[in-house]
Formats: sequence, structure tokens, C-alpha cells
Amino acid sequence: MAATPLSTNKFRLYFIVSWVIWAALYVGVLVRLGYDVKTAAIDSVVSNVFLALASVLVINNLRYYLPRKEQFLYLLLMCLTVAGLWLVLSRWILLLLFGPEASHFYSISIPIRFGVAVLIIGCVMLVSVVWYSREEQKEFEKRKNESERLAKDAELFKLRQQLQPHFLFNSLNSVNALIGSAPEQARKMVQNLSDFLRGTIKKEENQFIRLSEELEYLNLYLEIEKVRFGYRLKTELDVTPEALECKIPSMLLQPLMENAIKFGLYGTTGEVMIGLRARKVEKELVVAVMNPYDPDTKIQEGTGFGLKSVKRRLYLLFGRNDLLEINTTKDAFVVIFRIPDAHD
Amino acid sequence: MIRIIIIDDEPLARSILKEYLKKYPDMEVVQECNDGFEGVKAIIQHHPDLIFLDIQMPKINGFEMLELIDQPPAVIFTTAFDEFAIRAFEAHAVDYLLKPFSQERFDRALNKWKDYRPSQNQKSNEAKGVTDALLESASELPFQKNRVVVKTGGKIKIIPVQDIQYLEAADDYVKIHTQEGAFLKNKTMSHFEKTLDVQQFVRTHRSYIVNVQQITRLDPYEKDNYRVILKSGAQIPLSKPGYVKLKAILGL
Repeated sequence: MAATPLSTNKFRLYFIVSWVIWAALYVGVLVRLGYDVKTAAIDSVVSNVFLALASVLVINNLRYYLPRKEQFLYLLLMCLTVAGLWLVLSRWILLLLFGPEASHFYSISIPIRFGVAVLIIGCVMLVSVVWYSREEQKEFEKRKNESERLAKDAELFKLRQQLQPHFLFNSLNSVNALIGSAPEQARKMVQNLSDFLRGTIKKEENQFIRLSEELEYLNLYLEIEKVRFGYRLKTELDVTPEALECKIPSMLLQPLMENAIKFGLYGTTGEVMIGLRARKVEKELVVAVMNPYDPDTKIQEGTGFGLKSVKRRLYLLFGRNDLLEINTTKDAFVVIFRIPDAHD
Repeated sequence: MIRIIIIDDEPLARSILKEYLKKYPDMEVVQECNDGFEGVKAIIQHHPDLIFLDIQMPKINGFEMLELIDQPPAVIFTTAFDEFAIRAFEAHAVDYLLKPFSQERFDRALNKWKDYRPSQNQKSNEAKGVTDALLESASELPFQKNRVVVKTGGKIKIIPVQDIQYLEAADDYVKIHTQEGAFLKNKTMSHFEKTLDVQQFVRTHRSYIVNVQQITRLDPYEKDNYRVILKSGAQIPLSKPGYVKLKAILGL
């Protein structure tokens, strides 16, 4: 439930000060019309205290029932009713205080009293409606942001999980084979695999790291894959020194390389050359990942996973959908992504 | 001597199998293959008694490779992680090895195969029955639903389903018509009717399944019959039930 405007001290003060000023003006007007100060003061206090109470009533009422766009008739009716009730009540009290002889004066001033009450209550209603609408909007925004944040976290977690099992079990199978035939190499493979997995667990998804760091990590991955696939897998990394210093979101390049390798190795037979090129172009880091491609092969479902996840992550991180592009030529598949403002 | 072929795209995955096989002097690895293409050739050439077959391999997967062989040998599947394939194995009580596996697990799989190994004359039929059933469910797996792999004159061709114009029954085979010509596949019409997307492929006739996107018009033919005319100009017979189905899908 939204807080009322009167729940903050600042607004309470504004409210009271406004009423005091208004009551003073009220006295002033009556005095200028020829009434004595005492009569004017009593009239003003009685009328305005009740009018202020009516305003508080209206503010609280709207807190529980905020009319939608089409229901302004409700507001008008409420305004007129409250003003009418106020008129009856204040008249009754004033006549008690001043005696019946004041009745004539009260009667001739009824239209103006009523008009003033309608205006004031109308204003209070208007302010309240705006206030509560804004309050509701804020609440909605907060919820939306929260749910988006949760969805994002869950999604990133899921994306990271899905990258693993096939790679992991095949690598372990290779280690198993190496233990018999080349224990030294098996040890190296276990080391690489551990470092790689530790990196996956440790890294925060939204953390930015230097490309040089990401490449070190990527090399672990490539070494593991080279052990698995032997002579079939060749890689060529072409990265300029300025590009090495650029910052990129962690775990972005690896899924792309994984995708290129999978696509290359499972889409063609024979030797496969995977290329990576990174350049700094003005403020952007531009990275291209290339793999050979056999147009005969209908792309196996699922191999596009890495691409989709990278595109989604780029969107979540930068709010842009144009940072990843895919070019297919006759015999090569190139994925180019850009990191805006990639300098330190 | 039991003749064995190992088909796996990872050299170390092959070497661990060879290592585990050392215990068995009566088993001989006649060939190792890097992919399904080599696998098909090797199987046709050597007629092995048993193959070890990986699922995820370059260009065509293990199931698709098996589909290309008329008399598939006994198979022990090996896979690292593939929940769909594993579901298919479980459904048909086919033994499979999850990588990485131990010598003990390997021995169990091999001994089970040896124990149940049918005698020579019933071997082909029984093995084929199980393999056919497995391949039938494997062809519904998400990663091979969108394409059909065929063998044509010693070459292997992968046909994306959207390239299929229509299918025609041809004895024990189905003739797949594409822009590049027709290819034979040793499957049944009902197999294709089941696996292909029903919104895109309609069985217009007992012997025909048509890709809806290839249809240009329906022409009257004889009394109250129609024929389907394709963009390629081919004329496909349309049975009464076929006409009803087609009308529903085309929204006529």
C-alpha cells in the first residue's frame, strides 16, 4: 500500500502552514467586509479546521480507492458531497457559537463558502490522485526491475551450466585414456581441466576482464580440445597489443570459440582451422571468430547454442542487439562481435 | 576371431577402447574410423561382428550412419552426454557405455553381448530388429529431425527436410525427390509420415507425401478427382482422404 502524502514530515508541515496562511487570509477578508476580528477569527478557525479535516479524510480515502481514468465522476461526486457535509456541519457549529442572529449572514455567504470548499477539496483530490498514481508507478517499476534482475541471474546461471557436460565428460574420457598411455600428459590435462573449471566457477558473469586474461583462459580450453581432437584441430590467434589491453565481459569469448570448434569439428571432416582475430577500432574492441564450414552439412540443432547465449548476454550487458553479427561465406563461418567503450 | 570396428572422432576415445580390448585375445580391431563416412565404408568392406559407435561425430551422427547400412552389425554405443540418445537406448534395452567408463563396465557390456550373441544364422535378423527399432526412435530425436541422410552411389548426402519436394513409395524403399534428383532411403512411408512435420508434409496418397510449400495448385483430374501440381511441374496423385487432409492444412 502506498504511503499517504501526509506520512512525511515535510508534507505535513506544508499542509499545516498552508492552512494557517489560508485561515489568516480568511480572517483578513471578513475584517475588510466589516466584521469584527473576534467573529472573523472564530468563523475562520471553525470553518477551516473542519475543511482541513475533510481534506485529510479525502486524502486517506483515495489511498484505498484510487479511481481509474474513466471514474472522475466519482471524484466530482465525492468532492460535492464532502463540501456539502462540511457546509452543514460548520453552519451548525457556528450558529451554536454565534446564536441564531448570525443565521442571515451565514445564509447569504453559503454560495461562496461552498465554492471555496469545492475548490480546496478538488485541489487536494487532484494532488492526492497524482501522488498515489506516481507512488503506484514507482512500486510497479521496482517490481519490474526486480523480476528482470532475477530472470537475468537465473538465465545467466543456466547458460553457464549448459556449456559444460559434453565437454567435461569427453575430457575426462581422454584423461582416462592418457593415464594408461601417457601419464605425464594425463597429469597436464587434469591440471588444465581444473584451471579451466575453476575459472568458470570463479568468474562473475558481469565482471569485465582484460582480453589478455580471457585469452589465457581460452588457451586452457584450446589445449584441452587439442588433446581431445588431436591433429584435426588447429588454431590461429591474431591479436594486436592494444586489443590485448581492452576489457571484455568474462566468459564471452570461450562459448564462441567452443561454438566455432564444435561447428568446425562436427560440420566437416578432416583438419579444421579455427581463427581468432581481435583489433581495437576507435573505442570499440572488434573480435572475429572463424571456422570452416561445409555447406553440405545441415547444421545440427544445438550447435547454435553458444551464439544465442552470447547474443543474449551482450544484450543484457549493453542493452543493444547489434553487437553480434554472423557472416557465412562459401566455406567459412565468421562471428564478429563488438564491445563498445572497451578501453579501461 | 571376433572382428571389431571402432568409430569415434576422438583418437583417445578410440585408444581407451583398444586398451580395454587387449584383455580379449579373440577380438581383433580390424579398423578405426574418425567419422561416419569412414565407418560406412569400413563396415561394408569388413562386415565386422561388433562395432563401438560414438553418437556425436562430424557431419553425420552415429544413428544416421547406421541408417545407411543395410545389414547393420551388433553395436555397443559410446557417448559422453546426450540425454536424448540415452533415452532411446533405455527404451530399446540397448547397451551403451557412458564416457568415461571403467574396464569393469566395459567387460560387462562386452560379456553381455557375447552371452546373448545369437548363432550365426539368426544373427542378422535379430540384431537388425533391435537396431531398426532403435533407429526408428532415434530419428525422432531433435538433432536429426530436420534432415535425412542418404547414400547415393557410394557417396553420402545430407538432405535438409525443407529441400524435399515429395516422397514416393518404391517397394521397400522411399524415393526422396529433391531439386538435385531423387534418392532412395530404406525406410517406410509411415516412418516419414510420423517423423516429418505434419504441418509441412502431407500424405496425399498411399504412395506419396508432399511438401506443402512446393504445391502450386490442385488440378481436376478425371471425374471428381484432383492432382497436386508442384513448382517443379511434378504431378502427384491425390486420394480422397488426402484431399481432405490437404484442404485442412492449406485452409481451403
